[in-house]
Amino acid sequence: MAKKLMKGSEAIPEAAIQAGCRFFFGYPITPQNDIPEYMSARLPKIEGGCFLQAESEVAAINMVYGAAAAGARVMTSSSSPGVSLKQEGISYIAGAELPCVICNMMRGGPGLGSIQPSQGDYFQATKGGGHGDYHLIVLAPSSVQEAVDLMHTAFDLADIYRTPVMLLADGIIGQMMEPVEFHEHEKRELPEKPWAVTGYDPKSGRKRSIVNSLYIEVDELQEMNDRLQARYKEIQEKEVMVEKYNTEGAEVIICAYGTVARICKSAIAICAEKGVKVGLIRPITLWPFPEKELNEVMAQDSVKRELTVEISAGQMHEDVRLAINGAKPTDFYGKPGSYTPTAEEIAEYILKTREA
Amino acid sequence: MSVVFKKTPVLTDTIMHYCPGCGHGIVHRLVAEVIEELGIQDRTIGFVPVGCAVFGYKYFDIDCVEAAHGRAPAAATGCKRVNPHNVVFTYQGDGDLASIGAAEIVHAAHRGEKITTIFINNAIYGMTGGQMAPTTLVGQKTTTSPYGRDPEHCGKPIRIAEMIATIEGAAYVERVSVDSTPNIRKAKAAIKKAFQCQLDGKGFALVEVLSSCPTNWGKSPSEAMDWIKSDMIPYYPLGVKKDITNE
Repeated sequence: MAKKLMKGSEAIPEAAIQAGCRFFFGYPITPQNDIPEYMSARLPKIEGGCFLQAESEVAAINMVYGAAAAGARVMTSSSSPGVSLKQEGISYIAGAELPCVICNMMRGGPGLGSIQPSQGDYFQATKGGGHGDYHLIVLAPSSVQEAVDLMHTAFDLADIYRTPVMLLADGIIGQMMEPVEFHEHEKRELPEKPWAVTGYDPKSGRKRSIVNSLYIEVDELQEMNDRLQARYKEIQEKEVMVEKYNTEGAEVIICAYGTVARICKSAIAICAEKGVKVGLIRPITLWPFPEKELNEVMAQDSVKRELTVEISAGQMHEDVRLAINGAKPTDFYGKPGSYTPTAEEIAEYILKTREA
Repeated sequence: MSVVFKKTPVLTDTIMHYCPGCGHGIVHRLVAEVIEELGIQDRTIGFVPVGCAVFGYKYFDIDCVEAAHGRAPAAATGCKRVNPHNVVFTYQGDGDLASIGAAEIVHAAHRGEKITTIFINNAIYGMTGGQMAPTTLVGQKTTTSPYGRDPEHCGKPIRIAEMIATIEGAAYVERVSVDSTPNIRKAKAAIKKAFQCQLDGKGFALVEVLSSCPTNWGKSPSEAMDWIKSDMIPYYPLGVKKDITNE
């Protein structure tokens, strides 16, 4: 198929539809309004499709809960303050073991923050966000094309592991226009959904479906949590995605994700001109975090140190430090809020700290 | 020997956890009987709340979803939109529907969502141990209004049926009571009509049921039923608040 020039927040919903998403429930918030707008135009034209603008983010995520319970491929999207409001519902979805996809186009925070890009929701996305011991699978695209490709992955992973999956992108990915191609994707084997609530006929032999996250007995709640933790372990073993760029023989390894990782590639080119070899580890799955892959690169004799670059106060840097665990020095460059660093600034920091 | 009464198969054999004299058991039976009589057991999905009816999924022998506190109308919306042939109902208490879930119920009604809501008004938070609800009567003592509800401090009780009846998308709204046998019979007729409203695709239907909570009211079961009659019904008048199902 020919390449098309598309805005991220139009390409993402189109990819979701192509991945089989037929239900979308959302609430307006900048900078992601193009996603619900696109869905509102497309889904009613598709047989069985439904777009519904909810009265709040809280209602939207609970509509997702109900639609997922009915066995649908369903999605919602929002931006940081709206995603905070969805956290209760996300915890219930995780607890009830339902598949769905949530898109967060991160903007600056805390509070009402800004409408410019940010990466300040890393903790919220990767550590759970709502109450209880759960994780989302968190996918972080660094281009519009990758966002398109990851939508297929997101829906498949959600179904395979019966878990909410979050596409965590900064506002730049949503607002930027890039050439994209919608191509065929490898079909993964997907499980049936016998647990869905579709109507119970006592004569049918199928068990009654109960979608629930309430386990009032300690042993039963333990069993549910053990099941979740075993699933998370399997995800950590099988589903890590990471890009390694220019890492062989590098002196410095940058760890960055999303748009920032692309800026870091330009910074790497500037450093190369100065004769300094810098590599990049770009987690595509923020959870599961690519610990092993990071450490393999860090273990090279050439690597002297690591530098995490983020539009946050260093949220992912905590995971980097946990992974490297003191084996080599790590450092952080970035600012919380909405300041997107330039390639020159990053390169300058690398070169300056090298001299020091 | 002729059978004069038997338990509907739409209720499971699980022993209910409700207190003696609680109205939930009655309303569960009415809902289950209606599902049986309409022949819709195999396509009905129940959305149960957070509150005393939280274990409703154990008692209704149908596919069920346990919703977050107040969110049942939103979750039921998602389900109904996916499978419109399913008959979807929410069963919610007054803390759940009238307080934390006020936005969700108003907007489900506003959209004319083709679902049925059974709303249990017992003027108190039961499950959490008897706190004041939006429906708590003026002067009524609860664990968070120990001197009696003071309208100067926290307003007067909210009349949900009348409020929902003002919303365009609501097709059928009625308030009933389970304080006496005649009223229980009327309650069942109302519940049946609310399900029929959905089957006919008419729009949103809500039945508010005045119900007893002897444990948290500090009354015996029979005193509790008397209190519905003497104190609740005068403030919460029974009857049809809106009905456009014949239009």
